Amino acid sequence: MSAGVLAFPSGDGLGRLGQRVAIRVLVGILVLLASATITFFALKLTPGDPVRAVLGGPTANPSPETIAATIREFGLDRPLIVQYGLYLERLVSGNLGVSFSQRQPVASVLAQQIGPTLQLTASAMLVAWALALVSVIGTTRRNRFLSAFGSGLEAVAASLPQFWLALVLLAVFAFGLKWFPPQSRDGFAGLVLPTLALAIPLAGFLAQVTRESLELALDQPFILSARTRGLSDLAVRLRHALRHAVLPGISLSAWAVGSLIGNAVLVEVIFSRQGLGRILYQAVTRQDIPLTIGVTLVVTIVYIVASTLADLLFVLVDPRIKAATR
Amino acid sequence: MSGQSLIVEDLSVTLGNGASRRRVVRDISFTVEPGKAVALVGESGSGKSVTARTLVGLAGAGAGVSATRLQFGETDLRGLTDRQWRGLRGKDIGFILQDALVSLDPLRPVGDELIEALSAHGWGNRETRRQRMLELLDLVGIPEPQLRARQRPDQLSGGLRQRALIATALALDPAIVIADEPTTALDTTVQAQILKVLQAVKQRGKGLLIISHDLAVVSQIADHVVVMHQGDVVEQGPTEQVLGRPRHAYTRLLLGSVPGARRHKARIASKDQTPIVLEASNLSKTYAGPDRSDRRVVDDVSFTLRSGQTLGIVGESGSGKTTAARIALGLVGPDRGEVTFDGSRWNAAGKNAVSERARRPQRPHFGVIYQDPLSSFDPRWNVGRILSDALDAGGLPRSQHAARVASLLERVRLPAEYAGRWPLQLSGGQRQRIAIARAIASNPKVIVCDEPVSALDVSVQKQVLDLLRELQDELGVSYLFISHDLGVIREISDEVLVMLDGRVVERGATEDLFINPQHEFTRRLLASAPHLPQPNAGAHATDFNTSIV
Repeated sequence: MSAGVLAFPSGDGLGRLGQRVAIRVLVGILVLLASATITFFALKLTPGDPVRAVLGGPTANPSPETIAATIREFGLDRPLIVQYGLYLERLVSGNLGVSFSQRQPVASVLAQQIGPTLQLTASAMLVAWALALVSVIGTTRRNRFLSAFGSGLEAVAASLPQFWLALVLLAVFAFGLKWFPPQSRDGFAGLVLPTLALAIPLAGFLAQVTRESLELALDQPFILSARTRGLSDLAVRLRHALRHAVLPGISLSAWAVGSLIGNAVLVEVIFSRQGLGRILYQAVTRQDIPLTIGVTLVVTIVYIVASTLADLLFVLVDPRIKAATR
Repeated sequence: MSGQSLIVEDLSVTLGNGASRRRVVRDISFTVEPGKAVALVGESGSGKSVTARTLVGLAGAGAGVSATRLQFGETDLRGLTDRQWRGLRGKDIGFILQDALVSLDPLRPVGDELIEALSAHGWGNRETRRQRMLELLDLVGIPEPQLRARQRPDQLSGGLRQRALIATALALDPAIVIADEPTTALDTTVQAQILKVLQAVKQRGKGLLIISHDLAVVSQIADHVVVMHQGDVVEQGPTEQVLGRPRHAYTRLLLGSVPGARRHKARIASKDQTPIVLEASNLSKTYAGPDRSDRRVVDDVSFTLRSGQTLGIVGESGSGKTTAARIALGLVGPDRGEVTFDGSRWNAAGKNAVSERARRPQRPHFGVIYQDPLSSFDPRWNVGRILSDALDAGGLPRSQHAARVASLLERVRLPAEYAGRWPLQLSGGQRQRIAIARAIASNPKVIVCDEPVSALDVSVQKQVLDLLRELQDELGVSYLFISHDLGVIREISDEVLVMLDGRVVERGATEDLFINPQHEFTRRLLASAPHLPQPNAGAHATDFNTSIV
């Protein structure tokens, strides 16, 4: 986005922005607490031996001493509320337990795996926005053919399932043309196909929303005003209309981050890629409860951060919002 | 760059495509000379705005433009490429639109818009542009330019942002300035300030082309008037000739429709003794402002509305007239004071507050008409359903709806087949008639009219005001009539309240107040309202094209 799209605040405006961040962080902590609580009680309701769930799932064979130690640590012989208290205490101290499927502490598993997932999510988000903006700026309200072509392409892109697209990309560009490696290890080449698999459907979706608001913006009198100053069509679009048009897309981006992480589960499995998605898949299939809780909490945090960022970005683009919030 | 004329000869413009393609401007000619102001006047749809846009090459995609001569200075404007037009726009011909709140980018500080006007033509460098921007704000009379440059249109008052918009058009000192309805939707005192700014532009040797439907404004500034009607020029000449001794019937119709230009028909004096319907005593309402400081929007306002009478509330935007009306309608509770309807408590503050459940049986006695009826209609409902819905609320059995809808349409002088039309298919005047039909559907005793004619052309305004008056005589309904337009208020009201900053500064019988205003603000309001030179021919104007609009 060009610098003209953002309005950086100063002085009083900065203070109010800080206030807004503080409120969001506070709300985020509450959401996190709620998420942890729901996870805790949901697991209490699932059938099975809680000791075995912690110690290695249905196939584990722990010694009696280990079982006794675990019952003590988790307070499993004490009232539910105490167990809940101990659970929160462990979370706050960062002790998420040991993942038996990965044979190491949950915290270190998460630390290793979050990087690739964030990298994939971020690159997919950037590419999705880039594709959406090119399509929208290039084809909205041009000649009839170009506009229809643009919106048709967006509709098709938005309706592609991401896992299906991943398989097609894999078949064509990795196995067929051999342009990219089929297994996505480190490096840029490995990132291309998974990114496109996630980004193309999202781009179609963002473009549809942005196109509609760009059309509305282009009908506004201030656009005519800008043209009467001698601005070119492209300058009018980039400097005036675009800023109004990206607002709904920014709001949706927070939601899109959540959806991207969800879809990363499939894409990471398909491309044999490191990441939270693949770990979550393994944790769930092997009933690795500590790791499942850990991944859930991390995804919640990512989602909270993303929606806070989207909120701040929105205010930077549309400073009128700030004036309306107290 | 001053000293160049804009010459238009036999200009025609066609718009639309396929079967709907039609000529919206037909063979019009005029010349804008340096230091002179030409006014294009006419109602909406007369082709005046299209003409203005054509002169900067922005008539729109697919517009067909032809002329025997279209010349700016030495430049032939016919067949310019898009790039050549861009070089001309802003630099040689400046353009001002109405309503700076939406004609300036609402997300950007006004200073940035000004700087853009300069940089679009590569003028100066970063430092000199900033300097020039501040000069321009100063030139159009904006105090504290340093501060204002950083503010967005919504942070500026109507007058200041309209000046900022004018400044963007003047940025590169263009020889010709085109202003499309530059004072429409502004309060009269602000209107007077803007006219002064435009007057100064003219005195600096610019050629000014003003597009307006407001003849009073035109008479203040134009040297030459071109009257347009459905794409044709019906009359043109020096201002005093066209407005003082109009030759064409359409010009006379326009002049005769200007509110306040008509002689106020003396209302029947005996009406004074009709019973009181609505009485408001000592209403106050405070809202928290954006900076958390409290703002008293309505401050100790009292009034009485008698049966079959009209109480006009006049004031500038932000004076509290709409809030007062909402309290009267029982939509907003006051902080202090109370409203009684037919002698019983209707809306009150604190522990006397009336619950909506208690109010609901009385709701059919109230009707409302807004400035923009379109936004108060569901666009997916046709006229029949809109009216039928209002009848439902009034408790009329379904079986009688069709007959009642037809009679309502007849009351507002629309043919019965309009029940099948959609709001978007109707003209502004027709929509307002539907809004009136909806307001009278439940046989109300009180109708609150909030700027009901402000968005309408003068001749349509006259028709709607006439209709409102006729309905009052037929139905005996009372109006609480809000407007910023003194002419309209004078025309319709029996009594007038003048509001300023939430307080009533003056009240009285309409003619007394207009002839002999007591408060200084009322006098200023009256003085700033543009007046027409007394027309000589207004009386015989009604025979021309008075189809329902």
